[in-house]
Amino acid sequence: MNVYRYDGTFAGFLTCVWDALESRAEPTAFLLPADSPTLWEERAMEADRARARRLYTALARRVSPAFQVLIARGFLTCLPEKELALFTLIRRGFQEGDRVRLDLSDPVMARVNLALTKMWTEWDHLKGFIRFSDLDGVLVGEIEPKNRVLPLLASHFAARYPCERLVLYDRTHREAFVSDRGQWKLLPAEDFRMGPAGTQERAFRAMWRKYYKTIAIEGRLNPKCQSTHLPKRYRHVMTEFLTDEQLEQELPEQSAQARPLEGAPSSLKQLDGDVGR
Amino acid sequence: MEVMDKLTILADAAKYDAACTSSGVVRGGKPGAIGTATNSGCCHTFSADGRCVSLLKVLYTNYCCYDCAYCVNRRSNDVPRTAFTPRELAELTIQFYRRNYIEGLFLSSAVLKSPDYTTERMIEVLRLLRTEYHFNGYIHAKAIPGADPGLTYALGLLADRLSVNIELPSESSLQLLAPDKTKTAIFKPMAQIRDGAAQSKAELKLYRHAPRFAPAGQSTQMIVGATPESDRHILTLTEGLYRKYRLKRVFYSAYMPVSNHKSLPAPAGFKPPLLREHRLYQADWLLRFYGFTAQEILDEDHPNFDAALDPKSDWALRHPEFFPVEVNRADYEAILRVPGIGMRGAQRIITARRCGPLSFEGLKRLGIVMKRAQYFITCSGRMLPGLRFSSDSVYRRLTGLEQVALGEEGWRQLSLFDGNVG
Repeated sequence: MNVYRYDGTFAGFLTCVWDALESRAEPTAFLLPADSPTLWEERAMEADRARARRLYTALARRVSPAFQVLIARGFLTCLPEKELALFTLIRRGFQEGDRVRLDLSDPVMARVNLALTKMWTEWDHLKGFIRFSDLDGVLVGEIEPKNRVLPLLASHFAARYPCERLVLYDRTHREAFVSDRGQWKLLPAEDFRMGPAGTQERAFRAMWRKYYKTIAIEGRLNPKCQSTHLPKRYRHVMTEFLTDEQLEQELPEQSAQARPLEGAPSSLKQLDGDVGR
Repeated sequence: MEVMDKLTILADAAKYDAACTSSGVVRGGKPGAIGTATNSGCCHTFSADGRCVSLLKVLYTNYCCYDCAYCVNRRSNDVPRTAFTPRELAELTIQFYRRNYIEGLFLSSAVLKSPDYTTERMIEVLRLLRTEYHFNGYIHAKAIPGADPGLTYALGLLADRLSVNIELPSESSLQLLAPDKTKTAIFKPMAQIRDGAAQSKAELKLYRHAPRFAPAGQSTQMIVGATPESDRHILTLTEGLYRKYRLKRVFYSAYMPVSNHKSLPAPAGFKPPLLREHRLYQADWLLRFYGFTAQEILDEDHPNFDAALDPKSDWALRHPEFFPVEVNRADYEAILRVPGIGMRGAQRIITARRCGPLSFEGLKRLGIVMKRAQYFITCSGRMLPGLRFSSDSVYRRLTGLEQVALGEEGWRQLSLFDGNVG
């Protein structure tokens, strides 16, 4: 029986998995540095990049490339105790091969799959619902997602605006995506505040709000349908639902669901601290 | 006039167009350009009426030389008129796009002077966007019926999707309400777009740099509820459009009273037939993704939808011989026909059953919702244990579910519906 305490990174998690598989002891919990101490004996794991990388490659080679992606993406979800679920899948994967990925009615796989579906939905929503403000030539935006979708959004926006400078801040996980004309990076950032907008920016915001109001047909008003497609939790950072003052005011306290990760990018690309293109 | 005022007038005039999709074409980022496009499109917000806002949907101008009875922009209507300049509109699109407000531009127009002149102005907007601003995002342009085919072709080279509205579901209705438009004038550009797109596709196979003509295909829209066509008529027409003109989408727009024309339903007390529109969209999905034909969904004996039931459940209840479907053996097409199981659910069933037989517990874990499906499936030869029903009680339970799903407002629409309310 093992209780792991690790740094919250994907590399750290894979190091724990390596240890658990090697020692053949069942892990009972994976704790983050911020979690309160337990009565159990804890194993503090230092992220070992070399081991993590070997294990990560083994996922693709010994199970399947799709399985490797499943684990990496699964780690970005906000599934409670995702580490335990992913560990179970990895162990089964090494025993049974790619079959585990197809066994969608397996309770653990079903749970991970559902979490992934929700994450992709959130990603898909945010691709559209994110709003940037042009502040002195830099496009600045904020999100407050449940899942850690920023690494997934990064490549989308870097490709979409190859000639722009961008900053997108994730309030939940306290990290920022920074892109300078196609070159991008994810950086941990404890504090973030959007500056005041200039006249031109305010003018475009006003036009967008006006357009948004105009396009709705009065005879068809349907707030229920609107809320189904655009859940209210996204609206507190969307230009069309806010005044300029609200957009620029101090950050509200982080919501309860927030669970800060210590820095830590997590796809393979960032495993070695690579910079995306 | 300020751009803000123009935007207000020209967005207001364009809002009755139902289409606002940005789907059907994939384009990655390009160095030096701005924008991408994804196959499934992207919704950027939802307006208070619950409709997706994906594109900046505006008219180039609302000065119109036509006088169509159902249209807000008809020349006899007394509304403020204006027009963008191509530069204004291109700049606005880019600035909205940079801020991620929109996925691209949906440019339509009233007919200013002549169809040719209007198309030329629209081409100028698109040319500015594509060549000067290096805009690589989505553009949907409306082809103006009656314009020179050469101009429509030029428009299609700059746009991703073209559309021609057929406006009304039959020629007699068209004559009655849109005397300036004829069936041939509408179907001619439609055929041209179909052939142009097919030719462009064939050429692209031979030459990588062949010009791309309307790569995201074409769509159309018709107004429902202003004229007396049956649902069956509309659905059969839709099916024909998909088959014959290779349309990507057909949109339906519940008639909104915007004029007092003597041939139209009176504005006073008239409610737009939103539930009917909803049912048409449901049936439209069945045509496009679920392998149904229009004849199966509505036949001579059932010319209109049962308003109290979705078309898929309705079909299932009329075809007891098809059910129950055995989820562990049936093929994808058969599973798709089960009410309550959609494409994603059917896909998951096919994948998951490769690892062993599925039970009802397993189905639930796959995310299959049983409320509707339970009456129509078996797992390893057994129905859901403890389930007792007759064909009457299934109808009652399914319509009960539908009542909850539609909510109070939707359910009240039933009284306005011409169908056979159960």
